[in-house]
Amino acid sequence: MRDMKRTTNALALAVFWFAGLTTVFVLGAVILYVFVNGIGHISPEFIFGQPHGVNAEGGIWPMIVSTLYVTGLAMVIVTPIAVLAAVYLAEYAVQGRLVRTIRFAADTLAGVPSIVMGLFGLAFFVEGLGFGFSVLSGAFALSFLMLPIVMRTTEEAIRSVPRYIRWGSYGLGATKWQTVSRIVLPAAMPRIITGLILATGRAVGETAVVIFTMGTMINTPVLPTDPGRSMTVHLYMMAMEGINLPAAFGTALLLMAMILFFNLSARWLLRRNRRMQG
Amino acid sequence: MTDEPRPNEMPTVRGDVSNLKLVSRATYIKEAALKNLFLLCAFMAVAGVALIFLFVGYRGWPIFTEVGLGDFLFGQEWLPTEGLFGILPLFVGSIVVTVGALLLGTPLAVGAAVFLSEIAPPKVRTIVRPAIELLAGVPSVVYGFFGLLILRPVVADLTGGLGFGPLTAWIILAIMIVPTIATLTEDALHSIPEGVREASYAMGATTWQTISRVLLPAAKIGIVDAVILGMGRAIGETMAVLMVVGNAPGFFRGMGAPLSTLTSQIVMDMPYASGMHRTALFGMAIILFLVSMGLVLTVRLLSRLREDVS
Repeated sequence: MRDMKRTTNALALAVFWFAGLTTVFVLGAVILYVFVNGIGHISPEFIFGQPHGVNAEGGIWPMIVSTLYVTGLAMVIVTPIAVLAAVYLAEYAVQGRLVRTIRFAADTLAGVPSIVMGLFGLAFFVEGLGFGFSVLSGAFALSFLMLPIVMRTTEEAIRSVPRYIRWGSYGLGATKWQTVSRIVLPAAMPRIITGLILATGRAVGETAVVIFTMGTMINTPVLPTDPGRSMTVHLYMMAMEGINLPAAFGTALLLMAMILFFNLSARWLLRRNRRMQG
Repeated sequence: MTDEPRPNEMPTVRGDVSNLKLVSRATYIKEAALKNLFLLCAFMAVAGVALIFLFVGYRGWPIFTEVGLGDFLFGQEWLPTEGLFGILPLFVGSIVVTVGALLLGTPLAVGAAVFLSEIAPPKVRTIVRPAIELLAGVPSVVYGFFGLLILRPVVADLTGGLGFGPLTAWIILAIMIVPTIATLTEDALHSIPEGVREASYAMGATTWQTISRVLLPAAKIGIVDAVILGMGRAIGETMAVLMVVGNAPGFFRGMGAPLSTLTSQIVMDMPYASGMHRTALFGMAIILFLVSMGLVLTVRLLSRLREDVS
């Protein structure tokens, strides 16, 4: 009986170890595969060069610019709105139907499939408002995607600020806004920035939204009204057409490197902040 | 994702500004104006949902009036060139792909979550947890690329054919939903008080007995939450599925036979579709939107249930 119990336990634990390590293995496999196949293609000419020819040989500079441009613009649009929205939810809101509606809407927005967001961007920004296939349309559509993410992380950041700090501020006669703007937000800033970086990482990797709002034209956008092709869209098109696979691997590697950079810097920021506090 | 943050519990300073009686009128007006500005920002989430519903709905609506709800939802043929806009095969395709991915991904994800929260030594945990988070950050198009070049040939050897089909999509999607389900399950396990574990061990239970008879049942609703959100992710996933599923709008004909889903068909057809075909694609987007909204609603109802239980 006792042996049986022990054997079952050991067996079960082995299964859980397997599950945990498989997950790590899969991540390792994806990263390693892209790295090994892509690293040989990364060169200054590839990063900073212009593509040419039917198979888009040469560099991917226009795609890198398009990706950073649309993501940066989306961040500029979404940051003030999402942060202030989170301030409302965390500091001002009184529980009730209004707050419930806002939370439900944010959850719904977070769950909207990206292709639906893409078609919405096409119908609203590209055609409805007449922005055309442009960085601007892409940035607006992406900002809707980022809004619930930034709202949630910011709200959590604000709520993690200890209450007594606020009481100190009120005790000195500060108004609500003075307390929020000079005490709470600065204290929550590292975690807010972490959330922003993570949302940016999401936006950089997004494909279905930008393909229908920014278009697929290879172009280095200058004005927000210019069209462009993001790195993800480029990778998709190269992979599906099966031509010029080395460039596809190179693009995939750069894309992963960018996202990894965003994620690791968010992590680093969080850890540094924790160490300073603790 | 589902837990509502607790209401602000500050005893003295409430949310409204009406108790700011001691400040000057100018300050009072400024504070009230700012509060309303913030409310407006928070309301952007509601506005976003409304706009999506309105604009996608406006474009897709004619499909319900001109083709008819029945012929659109339950029509068995997707042949836009001949005016047949039945999305049943695509809808079934989406379900086949999603269910398969869940069957593969859920045990792995729950296993990984239990491993992380109950079994892994701290050193291993500091490697595995970030790995799972990074796995969530890999763009779906990279997963699709990986599936197209690595998995597809393997599946082709297994099933014959080219390897485009549900099996490839299942594996890729399973990998993609593992982080979602695992992190949420881990949260659920974390919220179980330590005393519950201690009580179980004190009665002589092994780790496995504690996990299977105490912890997993206690985290049940949280795990169901996680699986539903993973399901939302899988059904809405576009690029990765599109790149490996084969995109042949028909019913399931085997694990290695090309299939199509709602999301993949929209991306395939959108660049050239016009007229009623285009309307049908927007109609499909409405359906996807409603499905994802229904899943979010289910999760909310479940979390209310959980509050009632505890």
